[in-house]
Amino acid sequence: MEIKLWINGKKITDNVEPDMPMLEFLRDKGCYSVKRGCETSGCGLCTVWLDGKPILSCTVPLMRANGRHITTLEGLQEEAAEFGAFLADEGAEQCGFCNPGFIMNVLAMARELDAPSEEDIKEYLSGNLCRCTGYMGQLRAVKKYIEHKKGARSDD
Amino acid sequence: MLRCNDYVFAISPEEAYELNQKRNNVIIGGNGWLKMGKRQWNTAIDISGLGLDNIEENSEKFDIGAMVSLRDIELHKGLNSYTKGAVKESLRHIVGTQFRNTVTVGGSIYGRFGFSDVLSMFIVMDSYVKLHKGGIVPLHEFAKMPYDNDLLLGITVKKTPLKIAYSSFRNQSTDFPVLTCAVAIGEDKITTAIGARPSKADIRTDSIDVLKDIENYARKTARSFNYESNMRASGEYREHIAEVLIKRTIEKTEVHYGN
Amino acid sequence: MTDYKSVSKPVRKKDAMALVTGKPVYCDDLAPKDCLVIKLLRSPYAHALIEDINTSAAEKVSGIEAIYTYKDVPNNRFTTAGQTYPEASPYDRLILEKRLRYVGDPVAIVAGESEKAAEKALKLIKVKYKVLEPLLDFRKAKDNSIIVHPEDNWKALCPVGADNKRNLCAHEVSENGDLEKAFSECDAIVEETYHTKANQQAMMETFRAYASKDVYNRLTIVSATQITFHVRRIVATALGIPKADVRVIKPRIGGGFGAKQTAVMEVYPAFVTYKTGKNSKLVFTREETQTASSPRHEMEVKVRIGATKDGIIKALDMYSISNTGAYGEHGPTTAGLTGHKALALYSRAEAYRFVYDVVYTNIMAAGAYRGYGAPQGIFAVESAVDELAHKLNMDPAKIREINITKEGDIMPAYYNEPANSCALDRCLEKVKDMIDWDSKYPARDMGNGKIRSVGMALALQGSCISNLDVGSVALKVNDDGFYSLMIGASDMGTGCDTILAQMAADCMCCDVDNIVVQGVDTDSSPYDSGSYASSTTYITGMAVVKTCASLTEKIKKYGALLMGCDEKDVDFNGKEVYRISADEKISLKDIANSSMCNNSNALYASEGHASPVSPPPFMAGAVEIEVDKETGKVDIIDYKAAVDCGTVINPNLARVQTEGGIAQGIGMALYEDISYNEKGVCRSNSFMQYRIPTRQDVGRTEVDFEPSYEPTGPFGAKSIGEIVINTPPPAIANAVYNATGVRIRELPITPEKIYKGMKDED
Repeated sequence: MEIKLWINGKKITDNVEPDMPMLEFLRDKGCYSVKRGCETSGCGLCTVWLDGKPILSCTVPLMRANGRHITTLEGLQEEAAEFGAFLADEGAEQCGFCNPGFIMNVLAMARELDAPSEEDIKEYLSGNLCRCTGYMGQLRAVKKYIEHKKGARSDD
Repeated sequence: MLRCNDYVFAISPEEAYELNQKRNNVIIGGNGWLKMGKRQWNTAIDISGLGLDNIEENSEKFDIGAMVSLRDIELHKGLNSYTKGAVKESLRHIVGTQFRNTVTVGGSIYGRFGFSDVLSMFIVMDSYVKLHKGGIVPLHEFAKMPYDNDLLLGITVKKTPLKIAYSSFRNQSTDFPVLTCAVAIGEDKITTAIGARPSKADIRTDSIDVLKDIENYARKTARSFNYESNMRASGEYREHIAEVLIKRTIEKTEVHYGN
Repeated sequence: MTDYKSVSKPVRKKDAMALVTGKPVYCDDLAPKDCLVIKLLRSPYAHALIEDINTSAAEKVSGIEAIYTYKDVPNNRFTTAGQTYPEASPYDRLILEKRLRYVGDPVAIVAGESEKAAEKALKLIKVKYKVLEPLLDFRKAKDNSIIVHPEDNWKALCPVGADNKRNLCAHEVSENGDLEKAFSECDAIVEETYHTKANQQAMMETFRAYASKDVYNRLTIVSATQITFHVRRIVATALGIPKADVRVIKPRIGGGFGAKQTAVMEVYPAFVTYKTGKNSKLVFTREETQTASSPRHEMEVKVRIGATKDGIIKALDMYSISNTGAYGEHGPTTAGLTGHKALALYSRAEAYRFVYDVVYTNIMAAGAYRGYGAPQGIFAVESAVDELAHKLNMDPAKIREINITKEGDIMPAYYNEPANSCALDRCLEKVKDMIDWDSKYPARDMGNGKIRSVGMALALQGSCISNLDVGSVALKVNDDGFYSLMIGASDMGTGCDTILAQMAADCMCCDVDNIVVQGVDTDSSPYDSGSYASSTTYITGMAVVKTCASLTEKIKKYGALLMGCDEKDVDFNGKEVYRISADEKISLKDIANSSMCNNSNALYASEGHASPVSPPPFMAGAVEIEVDKETGKVDIIDYKAAVDCGTVINPNLARVQTEGGIAQGIGMALYEDISYNEKGVCRSNSFMQYRIPTRQDVGRTEVDFEPSYEPTGPFGAKSIGEIVINTPPPAIANAVYNATGVRIRELPITPEKIYKGMKDED
């Protein structure tokens, strides 16, 4: 089947099997940041944005993205590095395998929520599993990043 | 993983309905549950082009399209104002934000899953499903209907004056619930839903006179359902939790709405 | 403490920015596009024999390259346990076998051009099974009439008390002192049985590897593994080919926690590529990773512990049964830690005895998981010590203060090693402060149906396998004087590449950025037994220290040669070699560059290290929980930890290790339970059915360090990786008791168990 869509702003036209999962398609297109951690929509590793909203690329059928925009971490390199530096300074990137999906959701949260509380952060990100960190270092990094963004905004 | 030989964007409800009459075809909601099956489908029917992804609110009701995501419902100001946040409470423990952005209310309601927080929540309200062929059916009747090949177009919630609250009990924060409980108190009736028993939500409706002795009502109502055991809890424990949740959920209605 | 430039600093991990920006650095990101995709047909029965297998229809599927059954594989028994040869784990596996020992045991290997083709072929393989009665209750396994490994070529390489005809994978008795005499002098004795469940490591990257033939026609395997060098031996043994024909490479790996200390699946792509000559890969699904892998050993641990009325613990007695499942990976060795670690917390007791049996059953084989047997024993002992304290009407903190191992003590249960560095007493004191023990113990009613309570537990672990583990590194000087550090230890995300570079930087008096780290490739990396047994910092770290000393000598010698002076007259300060007796010097840059011209003295050093001792790190953990009196639900409020890992090499990474270990321990305590139905089918087959903690389940964790100085460790360091998982199960069980009076002796501690306990009390 023919599909036309945008990946990280670049228009792609391709012919795909009708049941091609979005996750595998994105990896085929070189977006290796997109990882699979489970088959039951429960780990958050495959998180990408569809028209700006964080979704699970293991779950949304690829065909449903026809005519729409997908964003992966490859398309957000500067922001990934900006937040990632806070994560790295906590030592909380650890094995790194959950990082892309986690960071996609952190960046979505930063756009969606204004001054989230600790509980808001935990709830928004609860669908992103991490087995290395125990989540504390991630939380410290997110809080510092949000403070940093707030500071940057008030400087404007 | 979803396996299908063909993928069709229906251009009308009638087309989707017709395609869905074949046994090996299937309508895709959010693909949350469907994709975990091992079945090879012939045609996957995508109804995302039918304009079913809006919540419309007027003074009498909410019309929620089948393709509205759980997250959009969770964030909907009108629904949460009408239920004093009960709708959000019923959804926010389901897996995670991205999951709730991905899965649809139509899929949840059509599936009538045992674990469904969504069904447990909506079934106590004055809710109706809109079926392409079957027309408008009260949700509590739909919940009991056998699975057929009709097409679910949306859910209507009438703004009947009700005091609504929701509780669930989970062993772990985003796990399937061990038990769900929703309560809606009207002018003269109270409706209580208990779900994840682990079978799907069902309701009991009584006169609000029962609220004179909430403990007794909670005990009697909890006992009136059947419970079973699974990996998450025993039937016996579920019955106990049902009693606790009924009591607490009624208390929540009092706190949220006042007596 | 000495002021180091890199050691003890929160240095950012060298690979951090690549990881946070999602660079393609993991196994499946690197696999060639033309890999054959491998799928395994798995046994639907817990115990069966293949009577007939027909692959002809499956072979006709378009795109299928090969299908292999037990008829096609070598008859060489091997173990997939990543251990030093000769392995303590029995040689009890074949690549494929006629006898199937658990639901999920591989029946056939299918290799095809696509996943779809391979999956289609799987469905077309016709198998006739002779279904046998399975052995599912590990308590009844020893001397059962059902024998899991009746085969004659089953082999134990080490004397671990194994006897396959009795379903025994290992058995040991160890003791010290006159046990019964010591018990006879006790005023209070607790004797209880504790039960810990199998748990999955649940690293985010499932098992995966790909194989190819290199330019020399050698088999190259790229694997997400903690045991790069052991994989080479295991694959060669399984395939019956020379070890020289196998090369193994470890890229970045997405977590291990011990799971990848077993070569769970490398033999399959190795076999396919060996037979076909084509690239092949196998990526386990999460379902396979949950149901056909290497989880923690389920154990039943019986503890008898006695004390005088003053709370002096005089005797400890432990018997444990460990369930190794269908195969014996890590069975004999994990069982040892259960007692040898847990009992060593109370080394001042007059006598101890420790007996264990490790048994085969028809469930998924167990393996190595962080803690490696110690968490099971520590749950039992640290619960029993609280029970003893309550029997004596003592504060559980007090009984520990009186009895714990202190610096300088000999630890009889811990192979009679001395505790040369031990701040356990300080850890206990600190954690009491951190949780505000004295005002919060035991509990307070919150007046809203909730009770808040506190609970504590202590832990120790090892820093390596003494007299066994080997770490070696190589260091060389490059252009302009930057160094390459080649290591054989397998960084699995914990940051050992960086930690070893920090040590090298301080040894060489340079910036950590001046050290490039490379690992692991069995063809070029120096030998290392692997990243397990908490040994990398302690063992490989010492190899770094020795290698740096050796390279420094070479740099000095070459600098002296260039300056034309006696090598005894020079020293090296990291930037230059300078003369002591004269104002003359030569920069490292000049030394490095001139070493590449007309020079016969390679500026390269490589040293190894092994240790006769395994100095334990120590830790105290304390938890505050809130229990719902009506439902039994437990919420974690705060978890406090004080850790003695010797010198902290990287405080950020050590803290995250601790926080991560505690979260895994909370999962073990409250949720995680690999369970089977009555036919032996694993029900915990996904993240949907096997719940690990989310960020909403762990409360707040706070970590502090109480460093001791370990004289045998690099910069005084011990280990941190494993000890951190041990305290949550007993600390939470103890807190639940303090809140409710209900003693939970079987993990996980579910709301239902607590509720039932409270109901039974009424």
